Amino acid sequence: MIKETQPKKIRIGWFSFSCCEDNTVVMTEVMNDHWQEWKKLFDFRHARVLKSVNTLDEMDIAFVEGAIASDKQAQELKEIRRLSKKLVAVGACAVMGMPSAQRNYFNENQQKQVEFLLARFSALPKVLKVSEVVPIDAEIPGCPMDPNDFLNKVNALVAEFQVDSASPPLAGGKS
Amino acid sequence: MHTFDLSLDRITKVEGSASLTVRVVDDKVEEVHFSIADFKRFYTQAMQGKPIIALPQLLARICGTCSNAHLLCSIEASERALGITPTPQTNLLRVLTMYGLMIRDHALHLYLFSMPDVFGRDSFLDFDENDPVQHQLLHDAFEIKAAGNFLATLIAGRSVHAPYPMIGGFSHFPDAAGIKEALTKLEAIRPAVLRLIDVWKDAPFHFDRKTNFMALVPERYGFLNGKICDNKGCLIEEQELRTHLERVVLPYSQASAYKHEGESYMVGSLARINLAKDRLHPKTRETLGKTLDLFPSTDIFQNNLAQAIEILHSVDDAQEILLNTQFNPEPIIKGTPQESVGVGVVEAPRGTLYHKYHLHPDGNVVEGEIVVPTGQNQINIEEDIHQLVQNLLPDTPKETITLEIEKLIRAYDPCMSCAAHFLKIDWREE
Repeated sequence: MIKETQPKKIRIGWFSFSCCEDNTVVMTEVMNDHWQEWKKLFDFRHARVLKSVNTLDEMDIAFVEGAIASDKQAQELKEIRRLSKKLVAVGACAVMGMPSAQRNYFNENQQKQVEFLLARFSALPKVLKVSEVVPIDAEIPGCPMDPNDFLNKVNALVAEFQVDSASPPLAGGKS
Repeated sequence: MHTFDLSLDRITKVEGSASLTVRVVDDKVEEVHFSIADFKRFYTQAMQGKPIIALPQLLARICGTCSNAHLLCSIEASERALGITPTPQTNLLRVLTMYGLMIRDHALHLYLFSMPDVFGRDSFLDFDENDPVQHQLLHDAFEIKAAGNFLATLIAGRSVHAPYPMIGGFSHFPDAAGIKEALTKLEAIRPAVLRLIDVWKDAPFHFDRKTNFMALVPERYGFLNGKICDNKGCLIEEQELRTHLERVVLPYSQASAYKHEGESYMVGSLARINLAKDRLHPKTRETLGKTLDLFPSTDIFQNNLAQAIEILHSVDDAQEILLNTQFNPEPIIKGTPQESVGVGVVEAPRGTLYHKYHLHPDGNVVEGEIVVPTGQNQINIEEDIHQLVQNLLPDTPKETITLEIEKLIRAYDPCMSCAAHFLKIDWREE
């Protein structure tokens, strides 16, 4: 009997920082059409929206949504960067900081209203976009991200990791 | 005798970040802190000085999953401030927008977040394709979500931060081909929705602590209009809601909490079905039969069943509206800014959502306030956990207690993204 060799799964992380998690929702909607391929292709190492037992270890691709609002978040992001071969910033808050960074542009009166809370929760003086904390390999802008743009980027990355694999590329995604 | 601190750093399979600490001294629960850990993004401040027409799209960004509920609540508050009365067609398109939201958002919670607990799996994606029941549920989940997503996209332009709904009407109208396809998809998922209802009707989880519940109750079951009712028979007009809620500061949490008449209460699907099950679509009621006798209930795990029932109602009523309505382009109704206060109240998937704006005659917002469902449920969740843990002591292992707490929190379907992003202006350090 010939044993079928299983292609090595691509190790994925999905992380949310300060944001409304709209890209997570879009990702779960993209999943409606692609979950069967993803089950075969992806090993979700860390995705709190999908599972309880999450392991922060080596990842092929880490997707990061949201802006960075505290030093603790910045440290977490640096650890994710250290562990991932590719890091993709997804959505407007990760790519450009806004709208999560709107307090960076508050006037004096608005600043006064929020400053005690920034102190209480050890928030950073300014909210940062992801690339202000760590280098990124790709970005998917949009509020929320565009599903086809996401699929195209995922396809391109999967192709990079699949050079020696027999797995077919993902369907979908338009130029 | 056991004395320990139990802490859950990040609760999984919920919207956003929440953490929990429970202090037990000599087998007695001394303290429960359910805290919302998402960082505030200060939308209450950000809206100050902004043109009112910019608010719906800005405030939709409070939450990715409840986005379209915030959008419609913001539009309602803005229209009331501007003196705009929407057309009957606009109202129907908004009803359909909410149905798309309920179908896809409840399905996300019931399948991807909560169902792994029923089948003892870590993740919904771990369900076994070779097991006939789990295979069917996997396919059902994504088919239902896709139908809700399709309906939301057809009517509102997108499931998340939808572009078509606006103050005074819609900027785009569904075409005949799209309506036909939506009807086909909605009809196709009905058997899957019935299987979903059976899963939650038969689920072995129960936790019943007598508590209060509150919801917006319309004449015909829905999520946009009506009077606010509670289990004590209280009837509150939308614009009066805030005066009936007492804000409670929990210094360890990023969110505001609320009580009503000095007591905790719950909002969400269970509250809505408890208060308005007789107003569900006739086809939904006929199909459900005696299942509806399970309500009213304060067993929080019946919130899952209530959500599944709301999916069925949304499917049945959306089909009726789509079959019987001719949608024609209509112009956007414009209003005149004046010194005014506008209040919007809608039922978001997780419960009653309140937006209030003080408008200046120059068209800019002076200040505003937002009350979200998970903030209202926060104290009720803590009181439930207190009793749940007390019931499990002293013989249950800590790992089991942790799992039971997570299951209970997930039954509420809390949304931390929503809850963490406000601040009432007069909040002071204690």
